[in-house]
Amino acid sequence: MRRVAEPRENQSALWAGPRRDVLDLDDFTKAEIEEVMANADGMKEVLGRGVRKTPALRGKTVVTVFFEASTRTRVSFEQAGKILGADVINVTASASSVTKGESLLNTVRTLQAMQIDALVMRHPHSGAPYFVARHLDTPVINAGDGTHAHPTQALLDIYTIERLRGKLAGKRVAIIGDILYSRVARSDMIGFRKMGAEVVVCGPPTLLPPGFVPGSSIPEGTPYEGVRVVGRVEEAVDGADVVMVLRIQRERQDAGHLPSLREYSREYGINSATLGLARPDALLMHPGPMNEGVEISSDVAHGSQSVIEEQVANGVAVRMALLYMLCARARNGGS
Amino acid sequence: MPEIEIMTADQLRRALNRIAHEILERNAGDRAVALVGIQTRGVYLARRIAEAVTEFEKRPVDVGSLDPRLYRDDLDQAARHPVKPTEIKFDINDRPVVLIDDVLYTGRTIRAAMDALNDFGRPSSIQLAVVVDRGHRELPIRPDYVGKNVPTARDERVRVRLREVDGEDGVVLSKVGEGDATRS
Repeated sequence: MRRVAEPRENQSALWAGPRRDVLDLDDFTKAEIEEVMANADGMKEVLGRGVRKTPALRGKTVVTVFFEASTRTRVSFEQAGKILGADVINVTASASSVTKGESLLNTVRTLQAMQIDALVMRHPHSGAPYFVARHLDTPVINAGDGTHAHPTQALLDIYTIERLRGKLAGKRVAIIGDILYSRVARSDMIGFRKMGAEVVVCGPPTLLPPGFVPGSSIPEGTPYEGVRVVGRVEEAVDGADVVMVLRIQRERQDAGHLPSLREYSREYGINSATLGLARPDALLMHPGPMNEGVEISSDVAHGSQSVIEEQVANGVAVRMALLYMLCARARNGGS
Repeated sequence: MPEIEIMTADQLRRALNRIAHEILERNAGDRAVALVGIQTRGVYLARRIAEAVTEFEKRPVDVGSLDPRLYRDDLDQAARHPVKPTEIKFDINDRPVVLIDDVLYTGRTIRAAMDALNDFGRPSSIQLAVVVDRGHRELPIRPDYVGKNVPTARDERVRVRLREVDGEDGVVLSKVGEGDATRS
């Protein structure tokens, strides 16, 4: 009588679903997110090597098209692709034929005609990557679309938290700042809830999305189901395992959403006093770029609880994992 | 499909002990030999061989693990399972390194593993130890240490089972249905 355990290698890969694009986290399962993170572990080890180069995506071409300013996300994708051996071509909208009036669709169709293997795209209009993905066969990765989504940021946030503090399930994450215009907040809320975290958001009433009423929870049937909204930053941070601080854009003041940055800082800014209300081992995170002295004070931004630089390093590993998985599947015809 | 047992737990244990002795015999005069197991089962095999070497020689031996997935020539297949971190926390320059894997088949995994190893340094030699050599090589690669040579057909499958992963030790041969032929 022999007990035969089925080898794990034979189990079908979780990534065997129909995924071609990464547009937001709302269509990811928890298992898929976990598979991205498992791959990111392997990629992170490559980042620590003396020779930071592998031939995994040799002969593949990754194009990044940024219709909006970005340094860290674009460089992060570029580095991720190059370490995996892909050729990475960066297109910035200001230096392309977009300035000559070419439509978005024609621009990306031209790029696809050049036989590219993945398109990484940032666009100021929410939904633009969905429009492009509908018209192209090439895998599309959303590197930020308007105020809608920033899925790779959310994945690297999940990865950073889980690898430093273990499973997100049951953990309490406070997201502080401009929830209305933040694509990071939206993707983070979806991702953190999928992983089972308790999510509390807080920001000025003028910078909360419709339906986000302080003192209430977001009802069932929306992607933000179960997210709690509170009015005071002290209440949001109290007992938190993670404090995620969002960037306050100066334009919000001009648009009348904020009386002044100084007032924002006084009411909602994260400093040693407010961070002190979180758990003693709480992680302080920020998607960058920071406005030190506005939404976050310099001492905590560079203090012992800050994992902001860790987020940047993990971003490369997570994006390597995504490029690797999407390029492999594209060539496979999706089987 | 019925499985044929081709090595019992005892036979596997003896084979690993013999391989440990052979590795020591062949590398006696060299700088300390290092062992690197190939994911997944090679990692556990390397640890077991390292334990045997430590027991015979009364000295520790460097043992690491390697995932050659990022160096393979079949990206679509390789990416079906997550890439695991490679752990080689010792200098591999100018010393013999023995790669350890469960089954030697086409040789393509070993080719990828040698490429990966090169990114960590330049060993004085790279040797190969496997539990089963099942033939059907597609590259000019041969093992230096073999637990058992098993002539096979291509539609057969050889599985080395280890208690760390599979709950029990042993090697079995089975037929696979069409479309189920995985390389191992």
